[in-house]
Amino acid sequence: MSDLAWIDAALTAARPQAVGALLRYFRDLDRAEEAFQDACLRALKNWPQNGPPRDPAAWLIMVGRNAGIDVARRQSRHVAMPQEDQLSDLDDVETPMAERLDGSDYRDDVLRLLFICCHPDLPPTAQIALALRIVSGLSVKQIARAFLVGETAMEQRITRAKGRVAKAGVAFETPGPVERAERLAAVAAMLYLVFNEGYSAPPDAPDARSDLAAEAIRLSRLLLRLYQTEPEIMGLTALMLLQNARAAARFDSGGQVILLDDQDRSLWNGKQIAEGLALIDKAVRHRRPGPYQAQAAIAALHARAKRPEDTDWGEIDLIYQALERMQPSPVVTLNRAVAVSKTQGPEAALALVDPLGERLDSYFHFHGLRGALLLQLDRDREARDAFGRAIALANTPAEAAHIRQHLDRLAQEGKRRA
Amino acid sequence: MLYAIFCYNDENVTSAWSREEDEACMARLQAVQDRWSAQGRLGPVARLLPTTAATTLRKTGSEPLIIDGPFAETKEQLLGFYVADVEDLEQALQFARELAEANPIGGCYEVRPMSIYKPSDLGA
Repeated sequence: MSDLAWIDAALTAARPQAVGALLRYFRDLDRAEEAFQDACLRALKNWPQNGPPRDPAAWLIMVGRNAGIDVARRQSRHVAMPQEDQLSDLDDVETPMAERLDGSDYRDDVLRLLFICCHPDLPPTAQIALALRIVSGLSVKQIARAFLVGETAMEQRITRAKGRVAKAGVAFETPGPVERAERLAAVAAMLYLVFNEGYSAPPDAPDARSDLAAEAIRLSRLLLRLYQTEPEIMGLTALMLLQNARAAARFDSGGQVILLDDQDRSLWNGKQIAEGLALIDKAVRHRRPGPYQAQAAIAALHARAKRPEDTDWGEIDLIYQALERMQPSPVVTLNRAVAVSKTQGPEAALALVDPLGERLDSYFHFHGLRGALLLQLDRDREARDAFGRAIALANTPAEAAHIRQHLDRLAQEGKRRA
Repeated sequence: MLYAIFCYNDENVTSAWSREEDEACMARLQAVQDRWSAQGRLGPVARLLPTTAATTLRKTGSEPLIIDGPFAETKEQLLGFYVADVEDLEQALQFARELAEANPIGGCYEVRPMSIYKPSDLGA
């Protein structure tokens, strides 16, 4: 690996901690980002000559803090910045600095940085864009490409989001246990948004967008390294890994969706599955269930099944019931109906699905599942109606194409019967 | 003479490598392994999953303490390792518990899943 590639990875890795600490010093996001930027420029000059520091984050925080203070002085007194060679030799002070940086400060700094991106007034896409800009350090251009919008539009969106965050004011005191738990929950939800933005991307989406799934996993692992005993963060990380493990099997060469049962399981990523399974096993040991753990446990049951017919649908049904209690939602019940159709048949599943009609009438998957169940019960005419509704509500061409396959099959069978 | 070689690095940094970088690095390491394997000198090779997937069992003399995360002490040194093929974390911990019963005083066992395992070329 070249020096430059190593430095690039080290800067990316150090960014959340360094910007988080600089935000605590300066209490101003723009200043913290500028100071970090400044420190990065100096790192690019300094590290190839003097070798990489032992603790890149500590180096960047200290250099960034000095740079930020210089800027403030310059602005207030118009004093010239000291020359680069007048700066003291950083290597001498680096070690004690690293020792002074307390692990728990680091943790709260990173959490705070992630948390400011989760402001409830910000729409999900703005939260994602802000996190990618501030925490991941992606360029506006990269983010714009992921969202398929122009660079100027994305720049404006991020600036607006930052403005709102700045006005909202963030507590800089060390958070108490309740506040910390609330922040963790908000951050987990935001990271899952980032993940889904990438995971739900159609196969022909730009790489910048599908890379978001990997970025969400990286940030989630970072959060877990800082909060090693949080079962829901284990669950979240496991959920992302287990879902992402199926990425290569989800679409056929024509870009059509392949359902779980029909996927070539040899294409599933064994490493991600192993990591996901280890994490959900760790989480379950805590006996503090939560929605991410429940969803990850369901994904784990799919991952453990070597063939679709090996799937433990009874257990999946039970976990969905638990999830319904934790987080009642018609979508969860709809998902449970799939498990019920496997254990008790289409009739029982349809009995669970039909009452959801009022709330899920404009939901693609509701009509899709209903159509599939009606089809199994040989109620072809109703199935056709349901599939028709589903197509009208499809979010992507791939979804529509998938339903169309059912309709085509129905039409052919209809002809044969006629 | 058998030697073990352990790899240490900053996980924060290695996890920030791009997929291309990671694959290129693995390919270069593979070329080294191939050279040593051709000479019949290569034992098992493993790459571990991230430390976030680790669990540590600390020996207490009686019921061991199970802690989330990797081994993180500087007072104790790496003395040996086992590789086991198990159904789940619980079974891996059971193996470690039995080891702790056999050798109950001091130290701990870090239980960490593997991402890559290549068995030994060496004879028994």
